[in-house]
Amino acid sequence: MEIELQQVAYSYAKDTPFEKQALADVSLKIPSGSYTAIIGHTGSGKSTVLQHLNALLRPTAGRVVIGSQTIEAGTKAKNLREIRRKVGIVFQFPEQQLFEETVLKDIMFGPLNYGVPEDEAEQRAVRLIHQLGLPEETLLKSPFDLSGGQMRRVAIAGVLAMEPEVLVLDEPTAGLDPKGRQEIMDLFYKLHQEKGHTTVLVTHSMEDAARYADQVAVMHKGTCVLTGQTEEVFASAAQLAEFGLEQPRPVQMQHRFEAKVGKKLQGICLTEESLAEAIASALRNGGNTP
Amino acid sequence: MKTDILSFEHVTFTYNRESAPALEDVSFSVQDGEWIAIVGHNGSGKSTGAKLMSGLLFPQEGRVSVLGDELTEQNLWDKRSKMGMVFQNPDNQFVGATVQDDVAFALENNGVPHNEMVERVQGALQKVGMADYLNHEPHHLSGGQKQRVAIAGALALRPRLLILDEATSMLDPRGRAEVIQTIQELRTDSRLTVLSITHDLEEALLADRILVLNKGRKYKEGTPDEVFSAGSRLEEMGLDLPFAMRMSRLISREGIPLPGEPMSEQELIEALWKLNFSK
Repeated sequence: MEIELQQVAYSYAKDTPFEKQALADVSLKIPSGSYTAIIGHTGSGKSTVLQHLNALLRPTAGRVVIGSQTIEAGTKAKNLREIRRKVGIVFQFPEQQLFEETVLKDIMFGPLNYGVPEDEAEQRAVRLIHQLGLPEETLLKSPFDLSGGQMRRVAIAGVLAMEPEVLVLDEPTAGLDPKGRQEIMDLFYKLHQEKGHTTVLVTHSMEDAARYADQVAVMHKGTCVLTGQTEEVFASAAQLAEFGLEQPRPVQMQHRFEAKVGKKLQGICLTEESLAEAIASALRNGGNTP
Repeated sequence: MKTDILSFEHVTFTYNRESAPALEDVSFSVQDGEWIAIVGHNGSGKSTGAKLMSGLLFPQEGRVSVLGDELTEQNLWDKRSKMGMVFQNPDNQFVGATVQDDVAFALENNGVPHNEMVERVQGALQKVGMADYLNHEPHHLSGGQKQRVAIAGALALRPRLLILDEATSMLDPRGRAEVIQTIQELRTDSRLTVLSITHDLEEALLADRILVLNKGRKYKEGTPDEVFSAGSRLEEMGLDLPFAMRMSRLISREGIPLPGEPMSEQELIEALWKLNFSK
């Protein structure tokens, strides 16, 4: 499902003395089936954009087209329920939203609310608990007896149980240890490929954006200043610096390597693996003689 | 005689009898003036360790001592006043309406006279580079600034030990860099004793000594060089090697033999440069 923001503006507390404009003239197209990363410094408007993706916020100017529906300033939106089923958001620290007595009930809560039959909802919960790498017994435990990392997985399962067409992830791995981080990011990527759904990742990590996304949008001071293929967006250090951002770590090292050794590597190395490969092949293909 | 600032002797703690101990037979000590980092995966026992240090929990076996005395319910308040703690979530630890009120909070509770209080608050904020924010509202600050104010709050009490419990894990890269730089400056200026609990090995690399916890037990203890020689074992434990080490491993795997194990990107590039010449 495609989502498009057209000249979206949003002000908090509009028409009050506390009015604060959070977004201005944001245009961004998220094609169906794409993996889009939204990056930007803290306070750049990333999270406000995110809340427009399933109509939690309605623009104060401009419009948001979500699939076949249009959300516009001043119109009464219909069928938000349908939008929210199709666009699942994993918020930051989603474990704070767990509330049921058991993990099973918590995961089933969303689907049941949307009229999924009980046995089907239960099947989804069982399948998801395995997918997220938790033992099946977890289903009968209280979510509050789990560790932070486990709670995070349960909360994610709750969103996936709705079988959304678009999955929006707001810093989904903040606070997890490196192994847990990688496992969860890899799982989202696998789902993205297998289910062909649209994925939107809001992140501070240039490395995650570089590794997983095929399109990157840069937010700066409430507007979308740059959108493009991942390789293009990360190509210019100077441009990113204007927006308070840096290139992904492997790209930074690529530049320093090239400067020191005096050899250009093939293309831009967005991941550690591709950088290692490029360096190895540069060194193999004839060294300089002193 | 030199006393340890903090020591754990054969400490075991179990939350409830049926489950495995969260911490088992762990011993270590923190010397005056050093920076020690405790690293471990989620569930390795790091947080339990922090709660035992601050007397929120007491061990079932072994002993936890602060400045030479075993931590007990009787001396808890006195000992706690010698330790400043900064926690993970910058939003959960503010009580004051302004930055200076917040830093003054604990001083007021400890009955520090007004004049001295003003001096200490300003001094502490100066040390963390936040002196220009005296009257700002804490919730309008960035994550990194909030954590620096929290550090100032701890410093104002003139602690013997500053404990940072995952204090950088919720920050964006810029905030994390700010906080780490602040700690480094404090270390250079005053040899402040620091214990940081983290799963960021990049951050741990800066410490004098690292203690690795795995499944509630002490896995390794030593200088960063000694600890990182465990390489792939650390990765299996859910920890992440520093960037330069990951890169040098990947490059070796591509069939380029690198001598030794470079710990920084600069060393790695240097090594690659030499390799390129010697071909």
